[in-house]
Amino acid sequence: MPKPLLSLLLALCGAWLVSAFSAHLDPYYLDVLIGVGINIVLAVSLNLIAGHTGQFSLGHAGFMAIGAYAATAVSLFLGPLLIGDFPTPGGLAESTLFFAALVAGGAAAAVAGLFVGIPSLRLRGDYLALVTLGFGEIIRVLLQNFELLGGALGLNGIPPYTTPFWVIAAAALTVFVVGCLVNSTYGLGFRAVRDDEIAAAAAGLNPSRYKVVAFTVGTFFAGIAGALFGHFKLTITPAGFDFTRSIEIVVIVILGGLGNTLGVILAAVLLTLLPEFLRPVAEYRLVLYAALLIAIMLLRPQGLFNFSVRRPAAPRV
Amino acid sequence: MTEFLQQLVNGLSLGAIYALLALGYTMVYGVLRFINFAHSDVFMVGAFAGLYLAPIVPSGSILGGILVVLGAMMVCALLGALIERFAYRPLRSAPTLNVLITAIGVSLLLQSAGQLSFGAAPRAFPAVFPARALSIGGLDFSSNQVVVLLVALILAVALRFVVFRTKMGSALRAVSQNPRAARLMGINNDVVIRFAFLLGSGLAGAGGVLYATNYPSIDPFMGVLPGLKAFIAAILGGIGSIPGAALGGLLLGLVETFVSGSEYSTYKDAIAFALLILFLIFRPAGILGKTRVEKV
Repeated sequence: MPKPLLSLLLALCGAWLVSAFSAHLDPYYLDVLIGVGINIVLAVSLNLIAGHTGQFSLGHAGFMAIGAYAATAVSLFLGPLLIGDFPTPGGLAESTLFFAALVAGGAAAAVAGLFVGIPSLRLRGDYLALVTLGFGEIIRVLLQNFELLGGALGLNGIPPYTTPFWVIAAAALTVFVVGCLVNSTYGLGFRAVRDDEIAAAAAGLNPSRYKVVAFTVGTFFAGIAGALFGHFKLTITPAGFDFTRSIEIVVIVILGGLGNTLGVILAAVLLTLLPEFLRPVAEYRLVLYAALLIAIMLLRPQGLFNFSVRRPAAPRV
Repeated sequence: MTEFLQQLVNGLSLGAIYALLALGYTMVYGVLRFINFAHSDVFMVGAFAGLYLAPIVPSGSILGGILVVLGAMMVCALLGALIERFAYRPLRSAPTLNVLITAIGVSLLLQSAGQLSFGAAPRAFPAVFPARALSIGGLDFSSNQVVVLLVALILAVALRFVVFRTKMGSALRAVSQNPRAARLMGINNDVVIRFAFLLGSGLAGAGGVLYATNYPSIDPFMGVLPGLKAFIAAILGGIGSIPGAALGGLLLGLVETFVSGSEYSTYKDAIAFALLILFLIFRPAGILGKTRVEKV
């Protein structure tokens, strides 16, 4: 059996184990675990766009919002029609519904990602960052004005479907898909587009296609993360998916090292646990975060967990 | 018609503030080719500098107002130069992305440091200029709006003089056209870049005080949206172009005020971003910018 597939199966077994014993574990640790898993999905999927393909996106929280709202619409509005008002908790009907909700969330976000991917064909660098930021904000404003989905107050009373099993499985699947994609022969194209778009085009690759694929796949998983988040927090508001949330995900990817999946996973774990440890000094947390970001860029721009040797950047004129 | 003129006045005074901020973005972009995300927070610091300076000058007088604006400009110019020296200069030869992320980091740092030192709750901004309600031909506006327009106009003219009539100004234009050739002509790029930061941040400081005069409730996150919109204004006008930034600022201020006055007022923030996306896709060079052909 190929190694990545084996790892995926192992991770799924681990997920099943954790869920089997979840009744005996401290609920606080399970909550932290779910937070870590959701951040891994977000960071690894953004890493495909920003790290492997070099398309810096500041709108990841916007796609997360779309996923959360689409999935919630399925479980909150369609759910009672399909599986009745009182399904067995954790039963087959409920799991199927949640799976459908996750896929719906991912698909809705992927469609939005496709739309954002298309302008990215003409823009690069900080302009693209700004456009994705703009898209993220537009999504938020539209949701705030959409009364059917709760407007600015958001949606409440979402069923608590997110369990450690679903989160670990989603994280494992994200790492598996992104890993397989970038390590395949096809995936070399992502790196080629990142390193030198013009040279990639001259070598016969179609940079536009790679960018759109990266955006669509990356935002699909952002949507799934949003769906998991919604069914974990049980209440979602448009304001919860603002620019700051996007920045948090970007910080994880930068800290782990752009294009370094393992580093990004470690950074996601570290940055989700850090606030828990920093609770005594909670008011200084944001200052520390910001200082950390600047320090990393000045001292270790390749990321905290990137140990591979890197060519020094070409001097810029 | 009266309502139209009324909105025009409101839009121009908002646009003048956007223009002041946009000038800072455009100058830094001109010399360093990156979005200075921290600019919006320098603007916030300007407003708070005004808040702390207000009690020590004669309140509600023209002289006091001018002193507050000048003081805030100096504080911000200094802050801008410090940010440039310690955060951006070490990255002069790094990829743009790293500089962009550092800028975001500086922005977050200023916000959270502001939250710690000024408190997160909104603070009331005192009336530093003599405030009076004016009414001309059925148009109602406050003297503050006139002050904002006047100060912005004076600063824009002064900036134009500095950039086009002084030696430092020609050095600034030379560096933004071609940094390498400028260096060969004996221009010290570092000095010019610091000068751009001093000028741009000073304007942001003035913008902060003027904004707070018109919307007298300030908090450490007040800069985020005006900052983003001012950058959008800089792109609309053509990034790197000084008259373009002023034009874009006024245009965006007008569009936003007219949208707020219509039934779509809740979409106000989305419209600025929609404009940005449309411009970036169809005319990335902006209204007054020159289209550049990419060469390998």
